[in-house]
Amino acid sequence: MSVLINIPDSAAPGEIIEIKLLIQHPMETGFRTGPDGALVPRDIIESVTCLYLGEEVFRADLYPAITANPFVGFHLRADTTGEIEFIWTDNAGVTSREARTLTVA
Amino acid sequence: MTLSRRTALTALLSLPLVLQTRAALATPESMQAALDDFTGGAPVTPGRVTLKIPLLVENGNSVPLSVSVDSPMTAEDHVEQIAIFNEINPLPDTARFHLGPRSGLAAVETRIRLNGSQTVHAVARMTDGSFWSATTDVIVTAPACREV
Repeated sequence: MSVLINIPDSAAPGEIIEIKLLIQHPMETGFRTGPDGALVPRDIIESVTCLYLGEEVFRADLYPAITANPFVGFHLRADTTGEIEFIWTDNAGVTSREARTLTVA
Repeated sequence: MTLSRRTALTALLSLPLVLQTRAALATPESMQAALDDFTGGAPVTPGRVTLKIPLLVENGNSVPLSVSVDSPMTAEDHVEQIAIFNEINPLPDTARFHLGPRSGLAAVETRIRLNGSQTVHAVARMTDGSFWSATTDVIVTAPACREV
């Protein structure tokens, strides 16, 4: 599953950085009917979590009203150099993970 | 068999009943229920929340939305959650964002689907347990969820 993560490589201590995620996913609502007239089963990302130094700093709960290829933007106060981890889970329980290193100096 | 006027009229009158069997949509009432579920019945005060969403949307399948809340975002006083609700999509819940003092700035953005013209609500919960909200009326010319 492909993901685009827009995050700066480095930040000044105390600087508030903006993080943007674009995850490739159909976000099938479960309300649509397919060509055979039957409902297409729901397939959505239910949660997107951001961990900073292992601590949860942001979480988004998504519902079928979020577009295909969900986009989430949020902010983070940088204070220590470390790993920023992104974890997203779909309604079947499949979890994907991606990480970036933020240098604070 | 010929098609009598009676048969034709009966068929015509029963058409709305057939159409109504489609999936039930959210209503302003069910949205209020989802909102009460989020607030636990606590009063919601308009203000402190800024909801940015286009007033006229051509494509309901992708509507950019951003919410910011006036808050210092310190450990003692910050936004805990921001919830987005809609009135006429199949589900009133749209998205929930969990923030903390590490967020630095209470501003989030995403893209949503809207199944027709309606009022979109953004509600924020603060650390002191108070709820603040903003609403915007959106006109959608091509709704989501209608294509088969």
